[in-house]
Amino acid sequence: MAEERRQKLCSVILPTESMKAMAESVGVGSLQEDSCLALSEEVSYRIKEIAQDALKFMHHGKRRKLTTGDIDHALKLKNVEPLYGFQSQEFIPFRFASGGGRELHFYEEKEVDLSDIINTPLPRVPLDVSLKVPKEQQKTDSTEPLKAVKPGQEEEGSIQTKGQGASSAEVKGKEKMRMKPRSTHELSVEQQLYYKEITEACVGSCEAKRAVCVCNKCYLFLFQVRVNVVQNNLALLIYLMRMVKALMDNPTLYLEKYLHELIPAVVTCIVSKQLCLRPDVDNHWALRDFAARLMAQSCKTFSTTTNNIQSRITKTFTKALLDDKTQWTTRYGCIAGLAELGHDVIKTLIIPRLSVEGARIKAVMDGPVVSNIDKIGADHVQSLLLKHCASVVAKTRPLPDMVDQYKVDYGYLGTMLCSHVVKARAQAAFQAQTVNRTTLTITQPRPTLSVSQSGLSTSSGSRAPSIIKVPSSLTLMSTRPGTPTQPSPPATKYIVMATSAGAASTQQVITLSSSQSGSPVTSTVPSTPTSLQPLVKLESGNTGAVSGSRPLQKYIVVSLPSSSSSLENKSSSVLPSSTSPISMESAVKLERSESPAANTQSH
Amino acid sequence: MAAVQDGPMELDTEKETKPEILSDGTSKLSGNAASGTLSSSPLTAGGAPKQEDQQTLIAVLQFLRRNKLSESVEILRREAGLEDQEDSQTLDGSGGGKGDRDGGEANSLLSRVSITSAAAPQSTLTPITVKRANEQLDVSVVLSAYSQQGDPSLYQVYYSGLKNFIESVLDCHRAELSQLFYPLFVHMYLELVYNNHENEAKAFFEKFGGDQECYYQDDLRVLCGLTKKEHLKGNEVLLDFRTSRFVLRISRDSYQLLKRHLQERHNNQIWNIIQEHLYIDIFDGMPRSKSQIDSMSGSFAGEARREVNKVKVFHGLLKEPEIEVPLDDEEDEAENEEGKPKKKKTKKDSMGSKSKKQDPNAPQQNRIPLPELKDSDKLDKIMYMKESTKRIRLGPENLPSICFYSFLNAYQGLTAVDFTDDSSLLAGGFADSTVRIWSVTPKKLRKVKSAGELNLIDKESDDVLERIMDEKTASESKILCGHSGPVYSVSFSPDRNYLLSSSEDGTVRLWSLQTFTCLVGYKGHNYPVWDTHFSPFGYYFVSGGHDRVARLWATDHYQPLRIFAGHLADVTCTRFHPNSNYVATGSTDRTIRLWDVLNGNCVRIFTGHKGPVHSLAFSPNGKFLASGSTDGRVLLWDIGHGLMIGELKGHTDTIYALKFSRDGEILASGSMDNTVRLWDSTKAFDDVETDDFTAATGHIHLPDNSQELLLGTYHSKSTPVTHLHFTRRNLLLAAGGYSSQ
Repeated sequence: MAEERRQKLCSVILPTESMKAMAESVGVGSLQEDSCLALSEEVSYRIKEIAQDALKFMHHGKRRKLTTGDIDHALKLKNVEPLYGFQSQEFIPFRFASGGGRELHFYEEKEVDLSDIINTPLPRVPLDVSLKVPKEQQKTDSTEPLKAVKPGQEEEGSIQTKGQGASSAEVKGKEKMRMKPRSTHELSVEQQLYYKEITEACVGSCEAKRAVCVCNKCYLFLFQVRVNVVQNNLALLIYLMRMVKALMDNPTLYLEKYLHELIPAVVTCIVSKQLCLRPDVDNHWALRDFAARLMAQSCKTFSTTTNNIQSRITKTFTKALLDDKTQWTTRYGCIAGLAELGHDVIKTLIIPRLSVEGARIKAVMDGPVVSNIDKIGADHVQSLLLKHCASVVAKTRPLPDMVDQYKVDYGYLGTMLCSHVVKARAQAAFQAQTVNRTTLTITQPRPTLSVSQSGLSTSSGSRAPSIIKVPSSLTLMSTRPGTPTQPSPPATKYIVMATSAGAASTQQVITLSSSQSGSPVTSTVPSTPTSLQPLVKLESGNTGAVSGSRPLQKYIVVSLPSSSSSLENKSSSVLPSSTSPISMESAVKLERSESPAANTQSH
Repeated sequence: MAAVQDGPMELDTEKETKPEILSDGTSKLSGNAASGTLSSSPLTAGGAPKQEDQQTLIAVLQFLRRNKLSESVEILRREAGLEDQEDSQTLDGSGGGKGDRDGGEANSLLSRVSITSAAAPQSTLTPITVKRANEQLDVSVVLSAYSQQGDPSLYQVYYSGLKNFIESVLDCHRAELSQLFYPLFVHMYLELVYNNHENEAKAFFEKFGGDQECYYQDDLRVLCGLTKKEHLKGNEVLLDFRTSRFVLRISRDSYQLLKRHLQERHNNQIWNIIQEHLYIDIFDGMPRSKSQIDSMSGSFAGEARREVNKVKVFHGLLKEPEIEVPLDDEEDEAENEEGKPKKKKTKKDSMGSKSKKQDPNAPQQNRIPLPELKDSDKLDKIMYMKESTKRIRLGPENLPSICFYSFLNAYQGLTAVDFTDDSSLLAGGFADSTVRIWSVTPKKLRKVKSAGELNLIDKESDDVLERIMDEKTASESKILCGHSGPVYSVSFSPDRNYLLSSSEDGTVRLWSLQTFTCLVGYKGHNYPVWDTHFSPFGYYFVSGGHDRVARLWATDHYQPLRIFAGHLADVTCTRFHPNSNYVATGSTDRTIRLWDVLNGNCVRIFTGHKGPVHSLAFSPNGKFLASGSTDGRVLLWDIGHGLMIGELKGHTDTIYALKFSRDGEILASGSMDNTVRLWDSTKAFDDVETDDFTAATGHIHLPDNSQELLLGTYHSKSTPVTHLHFTRRNLLLAAGGYSSQ
């Protein structure tokens, strides 16, 4: 192939007829055939030579296109007068003519009337050369992580003339004005007219017209979303989404035909990278949530076996979710979109991803250098995940809720998820059985009690069946002193305040003791070292009785560590190691000494 | 070509340096002279073939007699005598009947002698020809005229004979011997053209042109258009090709094989070309593999001779001048940024110790007279040191941020960009002959006041430097007009007081950045000046252009101090070594040369590029050189050993910008394909440095690890990358003109 081409190159010479024509044009009438041949060979070679030189100028001019200027310069190299003023509007300026048995290509030089040139209005002055550094790049300091400049990014964003945050404001503004038309996607004139018509019709009074238009609106709608996404007009996008909602809620409209227009627009609002001008301030998350709900609704309403909307949408979201490079905003949208589709979707698609997402969030949260936007994004994704997953996990996961197990299963998010699940379960329980609440609170502590006071548990053995129910929150406390010390409010009536790590155990004991019936009291009291008693202040009071007959006691326990000097008994050696059973026992005892009545009351 | 650079040139002092070479066209003249003498012999040979034959016959006779080969003399004389008689009869009848072998005994004899019976030796002449073949080496000098006179129709036979032979040899030799194809092809073709065998030349080209390596395409394109002797005369590039010897590197075994074959077949035509026009660098040891050969070949005149690259090059850095950094200032800063003071101190110390230790590879401090440091330079150095303590350490895990400066509305064509070292100014050269300067910091560009106004200023005041500036002229950019053709390169002086620009109009202009006027126009290159570059210490600069020479200038001399001649085609890019003692030039002949500024000698020739070299960059430690060409490859060179040490493939278009990061860990390359690519240069250098064998033999074996070394590719939408620059803190700045097509 290459060979053929080269052969061609080698053999290509100008036809002798052109020589004749050229000779005639300069006044040489009759040219011998031989001289024509010789001339054409020579001319061909020179042309090739000049073209090769012109290529050099093109390369050094850092262009991909050979210009007439390059040829001028190449001619100049050969000491040939360049063809000044040779330029044309068209790509190939030559005209073809035939006649008298000859075919000719010629360059048409029109005669122009000078007065025409003088009278024509001056063309617009071309814009001057200016320097531009994209905004996001401008912000980059050498300490920030590298941002890849994706194609197109360079032209979007606002335009600035100077590098490194150094430009003066007015120049910036000027540049922006100048450059804006280039960076936005404007509606064509036809589309604008159409838009106007439709809007008028919708707002107008003609009912028949309106019916037609509502449908057409869908088509238009896509444009609007597209335009507004580009312009980052959050408010308008929200209105548009509301409009979709209204359209969908309207039972008299058949939207099936326009789904292909609607759905891309809605999905755009869910997953678009940027929906507003200031992603760190504006609440575009709400828009995403809303759009996600819309999407779910339309899936429910319109998904059939033929159009497969739900599976297609799911696939789209999952794909974006699985991509490592997806931005936080898009990630949020994907998760929201999936979550709205129902528990099954959450279970199969989101929950398995929890640990991965957790790691990602952790990297952002704990990572050293992070842009604010990323952090906000990660934060939102985290709360979204917790919100949606907790209820599902609470339903699907068997008891007990062990923090460690959660951590193993769900990674970084495990801890938080666990507490959310507990909350969710409690809530569910609260709603389900308000009557049983008291017993629940009482029975809760029992397993922990057996841990701390192994010897004492025998007495509570009879209550075992009811105890097993919600032990998780208490286990959590006993094993991990550092975790939030407040048990979920509806489940227990004890508000415990701890100021030290060690205090957690103390407080835990309190719950224990409160629930514990009076039987062990006598046995523990004597074993308590008296020195410990001041450590824990126990306030007991009557809460409003939940179940009227048996008022529950509410204990606010303030435990202070040995280091805090407010209490007289600083010297106690037991305190720092308050996790030890002794301290717990002490606490238990302490309580018991004051609360036998309550205990007895509850049983 | 060497004549120009041979004269010993001493740079005594800055003041006394005189331009050694006055004539601007010296190299051209010498080139023409050389070609003139060379072309004279074929001219006469072609003009009167008969006459020439007789003369050479006599020469042969004399030679044989001198060697006491009386038998041969007798036979030859008998034949010649016979011929002489018949000659007078047939002379008018067969004017150009050289190829006409059946035209008579005399003619057939003649032609056989001239071809030395390579094709079909007849029985009666065998003894002579065999003997002659044995003496071929010596006689070749006398018979040089013959080499242009072989039977043109037999050229194809010779060439295909050699081709068949090479294709049939063992694999290990084939790759090496294949190197012969291209130079032989070109020389045979040129000979045919030289001797006016136009049709044979075309046929020859068509038959074998396609066999040549793809990277010779460009040359072949030039070659194919050239079918007449007159064309050849005007084409200096090809004249150079004829006069200079194409260098091949072949192992001894392969060479012996070739020699034996040619002698057995009496293929003297080819043998002559090899003797005359090729330089075969024979080495002992294993023949090289195809990939090894391919990596080094591609240049217009073959590989570099080994001995060329043996000269010692002082590639070390010069000792940094001791500058006392005001301590209180440092401490202030340390307090400002608490938490880091310790780190800073240690860094500072390490830098200090480095500068104290003399690099064994460094040239003498005064090998080249360098300008004295001014106070402002010292201040700048201090600034530089301060900045460098805040420098980000780059690496594969820590890539630089890239900031892209797009030139908008550059309809006239952006052709060159340069940043100052401290990244405060940016200059752009345009195809409409203008140079524009932008300030990329809030500080505006101001002119110095006019002389009249300057007189009114109180010269004793502290802020006199501030007062001399004319506030009215403050603006963000300035335009410099003066050139009369596209500006092809711009270069800031290190002290930011001057700007150089080179242009199509053949001049290099020096502009003042105080007054924003042109100070000097350096005229010397008669043709477009493709590139110019300031020395890292200022004062000197180098330029290179279409006239195939690079010139070294000093700003206060209107004529060049040195002319570096040797490239066979345009000098496309020029760069100063960080120690200012050497200059690297890249050329359209696909070689890179390193020149010693002190004596003007060429100390390194690097071959391996397959297209014109358009960008060069020295590593900050001065040890390595990177070069980029139109073929989209970046090659890395070890200057000390004179070796290619790496090949970075990835770009798809001409590489116009190359830059090492300030610490040399990252190499950034920018190309017409709208991408900036980052390469792990540390790894590239480390991988090779461990290998001693390659250094000894000069045979490189490149690992194909471009993909591992590529750290990132960053696309712009439609902006070719024209220039790259690392700030002192290792932020990468890129620049290019946005093209709307």
